[in-house]
Amino acid sequence: MNGTPQPFGLLAEVTHRCPLHCVYCSNPLALLDRADELATEDWLRVIGQAAELGVLQVHLSGGEPLVRGDLETLVAECRRLGLYTNLITSGLGLTESRAESLVAAGLNSAQLSIQGDAAEATDLIAASKQFGKKEAAARIIRDAGLPLNMNVVLHRLNLARLDAIIDVCARWDAERLELANAQYYGWALNNRELLMPSKTQLDQAVGVYERRKAELAERMEILWILPDYYEPYPKPCMGGWAQTALTVAPDGVVYPCPVAAEITTMEFASVRDHDLDWIWAKSPAFEAFRGTEWMPDPCRSCSRKELDFGGCRCQAFALTGDAGRTDPVCQHSPDHHLVQDALVRANQEDGGADRRLVYRRSDSPGV
Amino acid sequence: MAGHDLNATPRLATKAMLKHDNVREVELLLLPERVVLLNKSGAAILGLCDGSRTVRQLVDQLEHDFEAADLESDILSFLDDASGRGWVVVT
Ligand code: SF4
Ligand code: SF4
Repeated sequence: MNGTPQPFGLLAEVTHRCPLHCVYCSNPLALLDRADELATEDWLRVIGQAAELGVLQVHLSGGEPLVRGDLETLVAECRRLGLYTNLITSGLGLTESRAESLVAAGLNSAQLSIQGDAAEATDLIAASKQFGKKEAAARIIRDAGLPLNMNVVLHRLNLARLDAIIDVCARWDAERLELANAQYYGWALNNRELLMPSKTQLDQAVGVYERRKAELAERMEILWILPDYYEPYPKPCMGGWAQTALTVAPDGVVYPCPVAAEITTMEFASVRDHDLDWIWAKSPAFEAFRGTEWMPDPCRSCSRKELDFGGCRCQAFALTGDAGRTDPVCQHSPDHHLVQDALVRANQEDGGADRRLVYRRSDSPGV
Repeated sequence: MAGHDLNATPRLATKAMLKHDNVREVELLLLPERVVLLNKSGAAILGLCDGSRTVRQLVDQLEHDFEAADLESDILSFLDDASGRGWVVVT
């Protein structure tokens, strides 16, 4: 690799505020509140600096980004700078007039998430019965002339409904559907015993995915995001640490990945104190795991090190307390038993039965 | 459906955006979840897919711009592929 790579994507987490309480939310356990959020001018500066760095696409996310009234201003600035914008939304708060003003500002695309195929699923997973609002949001997105991309996090409690979930997305005219098997960070790690599917469940779901993908090939692109605990090797997370994208949290702290805030042993810099360029190219946290030099064995001497970059640093930290270790998902990792043990429990008859779901709430003690 | 009708009008899909990347000095097509690196002719063709001209007019324009006479079949097959991928809508 010659020199510092240039990032393609900026994930702008404009807020942590959200009307939903998803049990697998990727936001950190310590949620930021409104008073911590960057002001409009700060975001405009960040967007400008991101464009200079080489960012091409800005994903507006949260929390629920629609709770911020200045989203149109941010989208318009992206458009002025020739950046592609994508709104990642739960759909709650998306009215026709809001969609129109966002499109007028230059919004290019929207991704709508659902928790399942009916209100009961939304209630169980997100502690909200607002399924009708999601259907309305899907229609509003399409009526505004935007492509409808949908995303569903899959886990033990909804995998059996996969057929019905795909039906809903097809009925709402989604162009693309991401079936994202739950990844176990933050809230999802807290709920792992209840969310982790058994092998049998997963195999059945893969069958459904393959059948529907072929059936709907002309209408809807369906993607399957692998459940990494069941894979022999880790995912090439984000194309490697600080290689292709960056995340700016609501308070302006910049991370190489959306869940890196969990790595409490590292210090991440804020756009309140530094330019994005310095943070990306020079800050110690971004440099720490860039490339392959930092790797311990078994990665250091492994032929796959340029393929998966030793896996996910956040997962290594979450499971071992050390962000610099090989991702425990890897079968060569000395910590692989941590993943194996979780799988054994998930495949027992009564897996997780005596646990209760922990909903994402800002008043939850950071368990 | 695609570009074989010379009187059809191609238009870039709403979700797609063309961009000249000043940082990397390349022509790109931006889509919701991917970035496509375009060659010079691809960028030139897509740049003319704005819903204001027919395939025939687009071919004429490019043959004029590139001072070439035999671009029709290349352009048609590019448009076929581009509409199959959902980059352009041909009406
Ligand atoms: S995962 Fe659920 S709770 Fe978290 S931001 Fe998205 S919609 Fe809100
Ligand atoms: S040892 Fe490291 S580089 Fe090799 S497959 Fe495992 S995680 Fe990847």
